[in-house]
Amino acid sequence: MSSIADPIAGSPAADAKTEAKSEVKAKVAAPAITLPVTGERELRLDLFRGLALWLIFIDHLPTNLLTWLTIRNYGFSDATEIFIFISGYTAAFVYGRAMLEGGFVIATARILRRVWQIYVAHVFLFTIFLAEISYVATSFENPLYSEEMGIMDFLKQPDVTIVQALLLRFRPVNMDVLPLYIVLMLFLPLILWLMKWKPDVTLGLSVLLYALTWQFDLYLSAYPNGFWAFNPFAWQLLFVFGAWCALGGARRMSRILSSNITMWICIVYLVAAFFVTLTWYVPQLGHIMPKVIEQWMYPINKTDLDVLRFAHFLALAALTVRFLPRDWPGLKSRWLRPLILCGQHSLEIFCLGVFLAFAGHFVLAEVSGGAALHALISVCGILIMCGMAWIISWYKHSADKGASKRGAAGNADLAGGGA
Amino acid sequence: MKSARTTLGLLLLAACLAAAPARAGDNPEPAPPAPPCDVPAYLLSSESLLPKVTDAVKANQPLSVLVVGSRSSTIPGNEASAYPATMQAALKEAFPSAVIDLSVELQGKSTAEETAGTLVKLVEAKKPTLVIWQTGTVDAMRAVDPDDFRTAINDGVVALRGAGTDVVLVNLQYSPRTETMISAPPYLDNMKVVAQQHDVPLFDRFAIMKQWSDAGYFDLFSTSHGVDLAKKVHACLGRALAKFVIDAAHLGPVQQN
Repeated sequence: MSSIADPIAGSPAADAKTEAKSEVKAKVAAPAITLPVTGERELRLDLFRGLALWLIFIDHLPTNLLTWLTIRNYGFSDATEIFIFISGYTAAFVYGRAMLEGGFVIATARILRRVWQIYVAHVFLFTIFLAEISYVATSFENPLYSEEMGIMDFLKQPDVTIVQALLLRFRPVNMDVLPLYIVLMLFLPLILWLMKWKPDVTLGLSVLLYALTWQFDLYLSAYPNGFWAFNPFAWQLLFVFGAWCALGGARRMSRILSSNITMWICIVYLVAAFFVTLTWYVPQLGHIMPKVIEQWMYPINKTDLDVLRFAHFLALAALTVRFLPRDWPGLKSRWLRPLILCGQHSLEIFCLGVFLAFAGHFVLAEVSGGAALHALISVCGILIMCGMAWIISWYKHSADKGASKRGAAGNADLAGGGA
Repeated sequence: MKSARTTLGLLLLAACLAAAPARAGDNPEPAPPAPPCDVPAYLLSSESLLPKVTDAVKANQPLSVLVVGSRSSTIPGNEASAYPATMQAALKEAFPSAVIDLSVELQGKSTAEETAGTLVKLVEAKKPTLVIWQTGTVDAMRAVDPDDFRTAINDGVVALRGAGTDVVLVNLQYSPRTETMISAPPYLDNMKVVAQQHDVPLFDRFAIMKQWSDAGYFDLFSTSHGVDLAKKVHACLGRALAKFVIDAAHLGPVQQN
């Protein structure tokens, strides 16, 4: 979310042409995309990515008190949307610059290096997952769940399972985001190259692919059966939209975003979504919902990024951009520092979050505790994430000082994987 | 481990003491006489109806129930303690004069699609008044495309209605230990959707078991290898399901629990 509207910085001359939507004329114009001048870090991006990381962690734990703080309980979209959007935004921002300055090959090479890092992180998480599962499989033989335990059958074929995991086809629950991100990043060079040519056409193609996905039910299959829980053909829309915003789209939308009509549409939609969500959690309210609307609306499909979810995210983002200015002094406050730090090291913190969620499940299973313990585990997890983010940033700024050039370090964490 | 079980036993005992002083002498360990398995009223009521069940009971005709399900509709080696049997017992208790037949058809490894294809034959063979269709677990474990799953449930419900029976859908178990391995939400959602579309009562086993776990009635995380927990949970599920059926069939308040 965050900096949709805002021009991150100065606008080169090419902008005027793009703004005039002269797609024909623009052909001649130098770069079709406009990159902000390197300036201060966009803290809102870090802030919201950090927030998304916390929320994803909480959502991965069994339901507890803190779960009620996560946005998925108050509307259609959840932290994943924020995450993928910001990832698209920052990735385009960083590698878009690389493409303009160093050319297609250089940018592609750097993107691939990033993809490799994310892939390694995914494999690392998978080994931890395998350890957890194997433990559960050997220690748990509750007759109540004899059927559910059948899920462990894949352990009987570790060779196939592990190879399928390396191919990203075997993905346990809660480990779907990184593979999605890997696939999206693999296509980033193409996306950026098209954006350099014509950003609006690229976005249009992305929308088209999204529509085709819905029309023809495109999907990626998984192992041993099933499909990818986040369909990359659909979720690419959010990623490309993020990239489009980063490369000047946000600025061109600023008039729409600042209009009061937009604001009211967003508010009305968010309130409506809130009431719909309320009926999920307070089933006594269920009968208020007209059946016709229910039948039209459900199921709200997360796998294929339902339009209702996408619209919900857009509304949230539009209001955030409007009411949280880029230079809001609070962004520098001590209280938001932990969130921002987490957002700045998103790949590391994301992986840590997945690991902590596994560990949390484990603790909860071993120590049958009440609501208080559940909440305590969530809070501890978040504190550990903050601590880790602080240590990583200390490494970058103090321990590694001099060893790494400013540029490299800055890029890595801004592009910040963020799966 | 042992101490955990004892603690659970004591807790159950304490809850029994609090809830039903009359039965205070019961020991909850061996059989499950009065497990503290309260369920919020909204989980036991449905706007959808079971007209055939209503008619059968009101006309004093035998009520024939067919449970179609996967392995979570039974307890291996203890079929008589599984929820279909305890539901039958609870229904008998509620309608002492009625004849209640029960048959259980287990299709251990079938997805909803595979089961849906067999439903009409089953109904022709057993001629039930009510079919209780428990499904979703196998589909969730195999990560079947939720859209295909929805279509299968839809077809099954249409076929059953066409064959002239009432239908109750039963969704997945709440299984906290396998939460990181089996993704239940898409299947829960899609069953809800079909239930709404066809006005079929949906017995929300998942939400009910989660409720019991959250309230501390049952330690569903337990690694216990014994069948005690399974028996107790099924006893509660059977009673809750009977209540649910009675409510959906508008057969009036019954003295339960």
